[in-house]
Amino acid sequence: MFSSFMTNAWLVGTVVALLAGATGFFVVMRGSSFAAHAVPNGAFAGAAGATLVGVTPLVGLISFSVLAALGIGASRRHRSDVATALALVSMLALGAAFLSLSAAYEPQVDALLFGEILGVSSSQLGPVVVIAALCLAALAAMYRPLVFQAAAPDLAAARGLNPTVLEMGFMLTLALGAALTVPVVGALLAFSLTVGPPAAARLLTRRPGVALAGSMGLSVLTLWAAIASAYQSDLPVGFFVGTYSALVYVAARATMRRHARRA
Amino acid sequence: MNDTVVEVRGVDVELAGHRVLSDVNFHIEAGEFAGLIGSNGAGKTTLLRLMLGLVDATRGEVLWPGDAREQRRVGYVPQKVNLDVDVPLRVCDFVALGLDGHRYGLRRRTRATWQRVDEVLDAVEALDLGSRRIGALSGGELQRVLLAHALVSRPELLLLDEPLANLDPGATQDIVDLLSRVHRRERVAVLLSAHDINSLIGVMDRVVYIANAHVASGPTDEVVRPDVLSALYGHHVDVVRVHGRVLVVTGDVSAVAVPEHPDLVVE
Amino acid sequence: MPHWLVEPGLWSNAAVHTGVTVGVVVAVVSAWVGLFTVLRSQSFAGHALADVATAGGAGAGLFGWSPLAGFVSGAVLGAGAMEAIGVERVRQRDVATGVVLGAATGLSALFLYLVSLNSTNSGTTQLVLFGSLFLVSSTTLWIVLGVSVVLSLVLAVIGRPLLFASVSPDAARARGVAVSRVAVLFTLVMAVTVGLSAIVLGSVLSTALLIGPPASALRLGRGLAQTAFASVALGAAAAALGVVVSYDSFYWWPSHRALPVSFCVVALIILELALVNLWRWHGARREAA
Repeated sequence: MFSSFMTNAWLVGTVVALLAGATGFFVVMRGSSFAAHAVPNGAFAGAAGATLVGVTPLVGLISFSVLAALGIGASRRHRSDVATALALVSMLALGAAFLSLSAAYEPQVDALLFGEILGVSSSQLGPVVVIAALCLAALAAMYRPLVFQAAAPDLAAARGLNPTVLEMGFMLTLALGAALTVPVVGALLAFSLTVGPPAAARLLTRRPGVALAGSMGLSVLTLWAAIASAYQSDLPVGFFVGTYSALVYVAARATMRRHARRA
Repeated sequence: MNDTVVEVRGVDVELAGHRVLSDVNFHIEAGEFAGLIGSNGAGKTTLLRLMLGLVDATRGEVLWPGDAREQRRVGYVPQKVNLDVDVPLRVCDFVALGLDGHRYGLRRRTRATWQRVDEVLDAVEALDLGSRRIGALSGGELQRVLLAHALVSRPELLLLDEPLANLDPGATQDIVDLLSRVHRRERVAVLLSAHDINSLIGVMDRVVYIANAHVASGPTDEVVRPDVLSALYGHHVDVVRVHGRVLVVTGDVSAVAVPEHPDLVVE
Repeated sequence: MPHWLVEPGLWSNAAVHTGVTVGVVVAVVSAWVGLFTVLRSQSFAGHALADVATAGGAGAGLFGWSPLAGFVSGAVLGAGAMEAIGVERVRQRDVATGVVLGAATGLSALFLYLVSLNSTNSGTTQLVLFGSLFLVSSTTLWIVLGVSVVLSLVLAVIGRPLLFASVSPDAARARGVAVSRVAVLFTLVMAVTVGLSAIVLGSVLSTALLIGPPASALRLGRGLAQTAFASVALGAAAAALGVVVSYDSFYWWPSHRALPVSFCVVALIILELALVNLWRWHGARREAA
């Protein structure tokens, strides 16, 4: 399980989980789970498109997820959920068209959708670490404005925070993160880590800093447990990431309820 | 003490093709306690949001002598803030965001920051709430915390949107007393919107009366008069004083119901 | 039909015939249900239920049950789980939907993996995601038709109170509308609709037909009836034309690779939305002038 060919999986997984936990803290706080679900799908279409045109997947991944993120961010004000839904289906439909035109093999599609963390190569490691560090730095720089805006948007705007700038900044970070996570854990599951563990962490503490750290910690633990289980059972990692994330949240809810009853 | 902290000059505001404010002129002086009085839907919130830069004027301007927008020293207490029950923020974290929430970058909060937070929480008599979860406060507690949040950055002007709405008479008096104490202690000018003038009569230095999209402002006795208000409403209005309370009566004086002040009953 | 529009053989093909019929039926129900989904800002739940239904469908495939039962029961179970987690506030609803969606995609991953172990059928994943309009049997067609009629009627009955409860819950409650019961009933109707459309059209198209036509219609119509009519018409048109274009596209390239139905329908839906917006923009400019 800790053999050399697994080292990359553990390393990349940890980096991805740290980023997903940090991004997820803000995603849950801002109520933008739908956007967090839609953007990785943009990345999926990008990868498919890159295969069709014959360029590096990373280029397609980044350009399409940024496109999806900006589209969603631009229409955040009015019926944002509708805009998100339409951006999502457009991206997936484009992805489907790219795939059928390029006649990609089924395993490649499955990998993009569900990930293949056990097959991460050493050459993928460098870019992943660099982009993750960039995203984390961006989130750190926007930490207080993001928290302020999420808690009380009107007060934040009255204090001179430009909502559009902040929205775009966050969506861009989300897009970069998605472009990074999609090839590793897949478009459908990059999402699980960004909702379950962060939603659990915020239930367990009322300190924002602790909630952020807890969210990253829970996310890493979830992914580690998922990798270990997948290795032992020979079942797909995505299954364990999805179920464990949900379990973490349900467990946190149960703990809260017991606390509330005792108090 | 006679510096102007804000001046609204010749402002029109149209929202969705509808004129909400028309040729609005008034100013607030340093350390003044002003009431923005008008019936529900008269445009009070729009006027406050205009002053905060959240709504754009179709014509005219809001002048803040001296400071650029970023340093503009104004605190805002909205009528309502929708907070998640489980948002991971303590009351003190939320108040501190009033100091540094608009700053990008991760600067550590100093001891001075937390001292200032405690100071304003004490000023609004909410020191004991400091470590509570912000989403778990009652309406009255949240209002005090929002006030502390607005005060923490030492503003020159405090804008409050209907802080007295939905309060019973006792609670109304408590909040008015608290505001007037805070006003003196923090030496901050206050502009407070309300639909009923009576609870503020004892504390107001100036009234900004809004009706029919127009505004009249000045000392209470000079503005709340039949001739001034009739001109504002565009038809005859009576000002009746009953048991030390002011009633603004539009239309038929013999009617008991007072449409502009549904919560007032002629005794 | 002239040949420049429809390639030869379109109508003589029974599978295409069934496909178009079932596509239009599902599009009509989706557009009708979706109108309320958009009004109630439940797009995320509507989309998530399609993915949850997919997990149910994949599970049914694994255990050899009827896929239709799998899709519909998956969606209904998912809706139940979302309601159980708690939906009082918008942002809590967001988390509840997200958690259920995450768990369901995990299950999908497992089921699809297991299915791929047990069968020599390739393409299961894409089939489930992007649908299989041309593989619908005529029995399925009748079931889909029957369920669609029932769903439309239920929604027609609860339509007024639901609209009232969506616009102003407190006022509706005061007038005696059982707001939460109506909401749960609607989520159920939405779940079954999405389950149905996910099996015949795939989860992508399911969301597109649920959200796209109503979003356009809301910019066109004034009353509920008018908007509903516009929504249904736009949805049906996009579905029918989409199938035709997809069929035609087989002849566009020398390589004979058809564009997927999902892509064609989504493209038409986006085109409709763009045209509606253009028309509105033009109207507003003429009014201003």
